[in-house]
Amino acid sequence: MSSAAPLIRVENMIHRYTMAGESMTILKGLSFTIEHGEFVAIIGPSGSGKSTLMNMLGCLDVANEGDYFLDGQEIRKLSDNKLAQIRNEKIGFIFQNFNLLPKLSAIENVELPLIYRGLTHKERREAARNSLIRVGLEERMDHRPSELSGGQQQRVAIARALAGTPPILLADEPTGALDTKTGQEVLQMIRELNQQGHTIILITHDLEIAQQAKRIIRIQDGNLVEDRRNAL
Amino acid sequence: MMLFQSMKMAMKSILSSKIRSFLTMLGIIIGVSSVIALVSIGQGTTSQITESLNSLGTNQLTVNITGRGATTSLTYEEALALGEIEGVDGVSPVISGNVTAKKGTENTTVSVEGITPSYETVQDFHVQSGRFLLDIDTEYRQKVALIGSDTAETLFGTEDPVGQNVQLNGRSFKIVGLLESKGSSLGGSNDEKILIPISTAERFLQSKGVRSITVTTDSADIVTDVKARLEASLDKKFNYADNSYSVFDSQEMLETVSETSDTLSMALAGIAGISLLVGGIGIMNIMIVSVNERTREIGIRKAIGAKKLNILLQFMIESVVLSGFGGLIGVGLGLFISWAVGHYSTMNVATDWNMVAISFIFSLFIGVVFGMMPANKAARMRPINALRND
Repeated sequence: MSSAAPLIRVENMIHRYTMAGESMTILKGLSFTIEHGEFVAIIGPSGSGKSTLMNMLGCLDVANEGDYFLDGQEIRKLSDNKLAQIRNEKIGFIFQNFNLLPKLSAIENVELPLIYRGLTHKERREAARNSLIRVGLEERMDHRPSELSGGQQQRVAIARALAGTPPILLADEPTGALDTKTGQEVLQMIRELNQQGHTIILITHDLEIAQQAKRIIRIQDGNLVEDRRNAL
Repeated sequence: MMLFQSMKMAMKSILSSKIRSFLTMLGIIIGVSSVIALVSIGQGTTSQITESLNSLGTNQLTVNITGRGATTSLTYEEALALGEIEGVDGVSPVISGNVTAKKGTENTTVSVEGITPSYETVQDFHVQSGRFLLDIDTEYRQKVALIGSDTAETLFGTEDPVGQNVQLNGRSFKIVGLLESKGSSLGGSNDEKILIPISTAERFLQSKGVRSITVTTDSADIVTDVKARLEASLDKKFNYADNSYSVFDSQEMLETVSETSDTLSMALAGIAGISLLVGGIGIMNIMIVSVNERTREIGIRKAIGAKKLNILLQFMIESVVLSGFGGLIGVGLGLFISWAVGHYSTMNVATDWNMVAISFIFSLFIGVVFGMMPANKAARMRPINALRND
């Protein structure tokens, strides 16, 4: 786990789905690496395989073929429980539709990953509070998601992703459900997090949003067609 | 720690839909409370019957003569001869009938029993004032009578009946003793009857002979042996004709009754157990619905690091808490019903605490068994499929 090794190394990743008896290859041999502290946008039209790639990078699924090393660990060989642990410790998810639990308050939502990590109540509260302060929601800790605006809900989700201090933040269309202005605010927050040293992978179909990242990986029909650095 | 967390999550989710949770528990509540109430009532009734059988005396045999052909009864002497049988302690032959008893303007229909003085010890039935019947009363066919406490009250009110006369079917009998109050037994009320000497009764009731004989044995242990000897002797007398007599053995009766009531208790518990099972299926049903509804929640939890065991525990605990809570309410309700039945009706109720414990534990067990399938379904969901669900 030396910092010299890349945070993410994908080699010849291939994945197929069988739908109605017909096999479709979604990922056709992708290879790339992502270093610590990068801000990468993965862009592609719908159906390009970028969502599948996100599932693979987020350890929600395991590719049929190819290697995936995350923080020096080979993901292919891991059990479901081990994958759950990796998701818990290494990855902070930020989803398009926030994916907060509606019956829990903001702070309880933020605490959730820490429960599964086995922290004590006191430790969890502390970390969750700090996390909510970072996204500027210290006033709304005890509100339920339904009592918050979309932007606020996404900030709670970001706080949840940050709470466990994972090395990677994986954001899937984080502004997709927000209006332009709130979307910009959320993006700004993500950029700030990157400046503070978090590695960020942003999945989007929107080039304008992708332009905010430092590096753009373009996927089309399951192939990597472009990998360039943004001149900022 | 994890268990405590899962418990808290389960409680939260149960409390967030109170009506549904209550309806889910209802099956278990009804099941557990009916097990407890039915078994309590069943056992209470059993002990009531057992008690009244025991009060008859465990060393008692009652012979009823139904007769066959010409001989439909035994003579008084033949009946007394049964006392010669080995092991027999006392013999009390009885001739019975109904008469109209009259005192002044009061009259009542009452059962009359012609007895011998041995009745007092054999039936363990004594006078509270006056004297019991004596051998001399039998010998001289005296028109003397003992009167039951209820009948005495009907005819004499608060007056002391001892020494007074009473008209039985128009004939005057002198009351020499007032019987103690004994309440009812299986044979009916003991306090509404008149006892007269057996020899007097033979003529007075125009009854050909003795049809009922109560026999006591030297000890309770030899009742079965004595019964066999008694039957042998009676068989000889009635030429081995079927159904010419029957011997009622209170011990045997006791066994039959307790066997029957055990079977009944088991059947009641079985029926109640079935309703518990149905309650369990109700829980499974709701848990499956709940798992399906919360597919997204499961996906989110898995995405942020919940392991299979975490999800399994969460749903299992939810189902066990539901059934356990239902069980607890059921225990309370069952105990209340038992208490109410015992308090407001004449039925005897005996709460069986083992049954209370068993039915509560069974309700927890049902939560585990019927929660297993839905919880396992939740735990096995793949996070990408669960998250895709909108």
